[in-house]
Amino acid sequence: MLGFRFDSLQLPAHAEETRKRVRAFLDKERKAGSFVPHRCSWNTFDAEFSKRTGAAGFIGMIWPKKYGGHEMKMLDRFVVTEEMLAAGAPCGAHWIADRQTGNQILHHGSERARELILPRIARGECYAGIGMSEPNSGSDLAAVKTRAVKVEGGWRINGSKIWTSHAHRVHYVIALVRTEAATEKRHEGMTQFVIDLKAPGVTVRPIRNMSGEEEFNEMFFEDYFVADDMLVGGLGQGWNMVTGELVYERSGPDRFLSDYRLLVELIDRVGRIPGERQAVAIGRLVAHLAALRRMSTSIAGMMEHGENPLVQAALVKDIGTSFEREIPEIARDLVAVESSLDDPDDRFAETLAATELYAPAFTLRGGTREILRGMIARGLGLR
Amino acid sequence: MSKANQQEASMSAILLEQTDRLLGEQVTKEIISAAEEGKWPDALWQAVEESGLTIAMVPEDAGGVGVEAADALRLVRRSAFHALPLPLPETLLAQSLWVSAGGEVVEGAVTLAPCNPGDRIGITGSGGGFTLSGAARRVPWGGRVGHVLVLATDANGNEHLALVPQGKARADARRNLAFESRDTLVFDGVSLPAAAVRAAPAATAGEGLLLLGAQLRTQQMVGAMERCLDYAIAYANERVQFGRPIGKFQAVQHMLAVAAGHFAAATAAADAAIEAHGRDDAELAVAVAKSRAGEAAGQVAAISHQVFAAMGFTQEHPLHFSTRRLWSWRDEFGAEAFWQERIGRLVCNNGGDALWPLLTGA
Repeated sequence: MLGFRFDSLQLPAHAEETRKRVRAFLDKERKAGSFVPHRCSWNTFDAEFSKRTGAAGFIGMIWPKKYGGHEMKMLDRFVVTEEMLAAGAPCGAHWIADRQTGNQILHHGSERARELILPRIARGECYAGIGMSEPNSGSDLAAVKTRAVKVEGGWRINGSKIWTSHAHRVHYVIALVRTEAATEKRHEGMTQFVIDLKAPGVTVRPIRNMSGEEEFNEMFFEDYFVADDMLVGGLGQGWNMVTGELVYERSGPDRFLSDYRLLVELIDRVGRIPGERQAVAIGRLVAHLAALRRMSTSIAGMMEHGENPLVQAALVKDIGTSFEREIPEIARDLVAVESSLDDPDDRFAETLAATELYAPAFTLRGGTREILRGMIARGLGLR
Repeated sequence: MSKANQQEASMSAILLEQTDRLLGEQVTKEIISAAEEGKWPDALWQAVEESGLTIAMVPEDAGGVGVEAADALRLVRRSAFHALPLPLPETLLAQSLWVSAGGEVVEGAVTLAPCNPGDRIGITGSGGGFTLSGAARRVPWGGRVGHVLVLATDANGNEHLALVPQGKARADARRNLAFESRDTLVFDGVSLPAAAVRAAPAATAGEGLLLLGAQLRTQQMVGAMERCLDYAIAYANERVQFGRPIGKFQAVQHMLAVAAGHFAAATAAADAAIEAHGRDDAELAVAVAKSRAGEAAGQVAAISHQVFAAMGFTQEHPLHFSTRRLWSWRDEFGAEAFWQERIGRLVCNNGGDALWPLLTGA
């Protein structure tokens, strides 16, 4: 028997009610022309859209009301995220804060941090990023060198972080830093802190990605002061914190719906009467998607029951992002159209171009395919 | 969960456990090998029949065990895990269909025809007696079982179920890659008494039989894939090369991780097909599951063989019982492309914006 399972799950009635509400919200937004579906994904930063999303109650849904949340269930949040992605909504500004940063602060942060940050995240006004990787610490996360030294009332941080999405426009990141020198027990001596990017001592350098967008960044810390109560999860608990949040990061619909809009454009471009080869290939993609969605839903249900299905999350991310990588390759094979960076009259050509240039990131960000397969192998009892 | 539901859940858990124990003990390498050489495993069939598995899905008031369809499909999955070399899935389904059409439980093994999407059997006659004509290819154990339950269509397009005793149709012996009988049955004016023919139940209407067959093979593939992975993971942990178990090598770990991904996705799709059984959306769920499991079957079989190297290619190790079944079952009742094309045509005809409501059922 395999060492892990996916429980069956029927979405409860309250989650389907939430689906109706978020669809109504998204319909209204689309009709108002607030976003162009085929040009958006969960990387698209649109603060105004996030503010309206927060006002409508779709951010911080599972958090307590006293921190601005809505005390709903994990499965309500799951439905909202999948509907946002399927609609091609520009949900990138609040995505990380809602998906993981806010949860970390809620469960492991100080009372001051919760009161200061969570209500603003839930209103869609405050955004966050992830500060894990460093220039010499990518997949080997325990190799982080950024150092925090204890001072009166807090810590002084020196070092740098890299690949933080939207660091040039978000308000906070949670950074994983060394609070003790590295020893043979390399997973010990690390701690997470909430970093205020508007405070002195931290600078941000945007890094252009290969399609020319300024999305991710390098951050430099020079004697950055962080107060004691911005520590998340206990001194020396950084590694446990980081691995604990991976399940939020890896199992969600953002790991198989990143280029869903290209699939929609492909179907419309092929038209109502597909050729045999087109029908077979599209049918295969839809079958893969249906299975992935069920697995991801199952994990959301297991998380709601207090489980932490890390191996399953790695598995969904591995096959989900491989599926995402396949869509542009199959799309270009089924439709004889050259991808084009600027062809406003050809949505398919534009979506294909944007996706092709972004696709390499799918199987890198949030844990490379190779790291995930190592985790799955451990789950199978091979390591 | 209500108390009644809990009781039911534990009932089905007990039945699954009992079935696993029975098949685990009795479906030996020798039995499977003998069956593949053409020897019907009589004692094993008796044991399976006595345990009630063949009439599991028949309601209790009709003399059956009255297991829910979902649980019966899980039994089918387990039977394939053990590579049971008998037409249990076919008999289980045929008995239930015949009883739901108003017939009585049939003695012995029963199979179903037609199985190939291209085959049609015609029927003429009325209250005085009926005549069947046509041919059905690739009928599981078509020439070996006691009866064949035939879905036949009359000149007016009405569908009937006909219970045909062995010997009435000409059977040309054919086998699949697992050496399982997949015979061609020729109904050359086969005459039947009125009692052997009944109006087809809703479950077989249209392409219902094809759908039910695809459902069975999907569950069987999931069971056989689980067995392959069990074998391959155990072997990777035992087999030592270069001073350590081959499962410690990253190349082998990653292959097995890929296989586990395919298996998990196929299982998820197959679970969804079980839940959709008998519902209006069953066709889409089965199309998704049969094609996803079929694709996974090819990958899992290939990776398992790669892990086992030469030993898995021999008859010394039982891996081949499971992989040869996977290669056969993925083709039967519509291979991947058959079902993918259907999904693709449906989705394209609806247009891109209709896909998401279809996937979410809302």
